[in-house]
Amino acid sequence: MEKPLVQIKEMDVAYQKQVVLTNVSLSINNLDFIGIIGPNGGGKTTLVKVILGLLKPLKGTLEYAIERSDIGYLPQVNQVDEQFPITVREVIASGLEHGIKVGRSYGTAEKYRIDTVLEKVGLKTLQSRSIGELSGGEFQRTMLARAIISTPQLLVLDEPDTHVDNRFEMELYRLLKELNENMTILLVTHDIGTISPYIKSIACVNRNLHYHSSNEISEEQLKVYNCPIEIITHGTVPHRVMKEHNH
Amino acid sequence: MDFLQLFKYGFIQQAFLAALLMSITCGIIGTYIVSRRMVFISGGITHASFGGVGIGYFFGFPPLAGAALFAVLAALTTENLTRKKVLRNDSIIAIMWSLGMALGIIFVYLTPGYAPNLMSFLFGSIITVTKTDLWLMFALAVTVSIFFTLLFKPILYVAFDEQFARTRGIPVMLINYLLIILVALTIVLSIRVAGIILVLSVLTIPQNIANLFTNRFSQIMTGSIILGLIASVLGLVISYYLDIPSGATIIFTLVLMYLAARFIKVVTFGRKNQK
Repeated sequence: MEKPLVQIKEMDVAYQKQVVLTNVSLSINNLDFIGIIGPNGGGKTTLVKVILGLLKPLKGTLEYAIERSDIGYLPQVNQVDEQFPITVREVIASGLEHGIKVGRSYGTAEKYRIDTVLEKVGLKTLQSRSIGELSGGEFQRTMLARAIISTPQLLVLDEPDTHVDNRFEMELYRLLKELNENMTILLVTHDIGTISPYIKSIACVNRNLHYHSSNEISEEQLKVYNCPIEIITHGTVPHRVMKEHNH
Repeated sequence: MDFLQLFKYGFIQQAFLAALLMSITCGIIGTYIVSRRMVFISGGITHASFGGVGIGYFFGFPPLAGAALFAVLAALTTENLTRKKVLRNDSIIAIMWSLGMALGIIFVYLTPGYAPNLMSFLFGSIITVTKTDLWLMFALAVTVSIFFTLLFKPILYVAFDEQFARTRGIPVMLINYLLIILVALTIVLSIRVAGIILVLSVLTIPQNIANLFTNRFSQIMTGSIILGLIASVLGLVISYYLDIPSGATIIFTLVLMYLAARFIKVVTFGRKNQK
C-alpha cells in the first residue's frame, strides 16, 4: 500500500501552554479530500498548523512522505491584514517562493505560471488591484491561487468559506473537486452540509480526532464524535453548521 | 536673500544632505512601519532611546551612541517578548516607552552642569547635524537601500503574511530581527533631525500621503522618499526665513502637505474613494 503523504500518530499539541489536542492520529493519503469539522477552540487550526510545520507537537510522531514545500496553504481570513498595500499578482507570486533568494525576480516560466493561475481563478483583470479593493470572494480566490500556484501535492485550506457569498462558495467547492483529481485536500469548514457532496471523508476535531471514512455523517454519529451540529440559515440557503459557528 | 545663496553656508549644505539621507531611509523604513501597523512599536523604541541619551550625558560618551544602544535593545526586547507572548504587545511597548524616558530624565538630572544639545535631541535640529552624523546617515541610507533592493520580495511577503512565508521556507525570524534593528537605527539617526518627540511624523506622514494615491508597497516607498525630501527642504527653508525651530517646521509642513493631498484627492476622485 502507498505510504500516506502525512501520517500523524498519537500526537498531543499545546498552544500557548494549553493542551489543545490529545492522542490524535490521522493518515492523509494521496488524493484524499478530508473535511475537518469541529467546534471553535476544538483544535482544527492547531492541527493545520502542526501539519504545516508551524507548531511542534508535545508528544507523538508526524511523518511526511512529501517535502514541506509540497504543501499549499490557505489561511483563515483574519490571519492577514486586508489593508496591506500589496497587489493580487504579488500575493499570488509569493506562493512560488521556496526559501530565500537574494535579488529575486521572476523568469518567463514563473510569469507564465502566475498568468495561468490568474486565469484559472478568474482574476486576470484584477491582477494589479490592491487586495484591500477586493470583495470577499475575490480575496479568497487570490489566497487560493497563492496556495495552488506551486502545484502542491497536499492543499490545506482553513475555512476558505468565511466572508464569501453563496455563489463563490459553490464555485470554490467545484474548483476544489477539480483540483482533487490530482491534489490531496484537507479542508477545515463549519459548513459540513454544503461541502459533503465534494469531500470523501470527515475528521471531527474536538480535542480528540475521530476519523469518519465517508462523506455522509448522521447527527447521532456527530454527537458520538463530540461534534454536534444544527441547522442554521444564511440568507436563503440552509446550512448544516457547527453549533459554535460564528460567521 | 536669494534662495540659492543659502547654499553658500556650510551648515545649510549639511542640512540639505541630512534631509536627503533622512528622506531615503525614512521613506523606505517608514513604509514598512506603516504597512505592518508598527507605528506604536516605533513610538516605544523612539522614547526608549532617551534613556541612552541620558546615560550618554552622565557617563560622558556620545548621547547618540547611547540612544542607538537603547533603541536596538528596546526593539529586540519588544520583538522577543511579543513573539514569546510573555506580555501583551502594547503593554511591553508602554513599559519600554516610559522606562526609557524615566532613565533619561534621571540621568540628565544627575549630570552635573548643563546638558548641551538636549533640546535638539528632544525636538530635533537639522542645522546642527555634524559631519559624523552625516556619514552615519549615509551609511544607514546605503545599508537600508541595499537591504530592501536585494530582499524586497521576501520582506514584502513576510510583512504581509508571516505564517505563510514560513511555510514557504523564508527565514521569517531572521528577516524580522534584521528589520527591527534597521527600524531602531533609522529612528535614532532621524532623532538628530526631527527629535524624539517628532520623529514618528517623518516615518508616517509621507507614507500616508503616498497611500492616498497608491496601494502598492514599492510606490508608497518611492513616493514617501520624494514627499519626505520636499517637506524637509521646504520646512528647512521656511524655518530659516521665519527663524523658528527646523524640526517642528518640517513636521508642520508635512501635516499641511497631507491636508492638501487629501483635499486634492477629494476634488479629483470624490468622497467615495476616500480612505
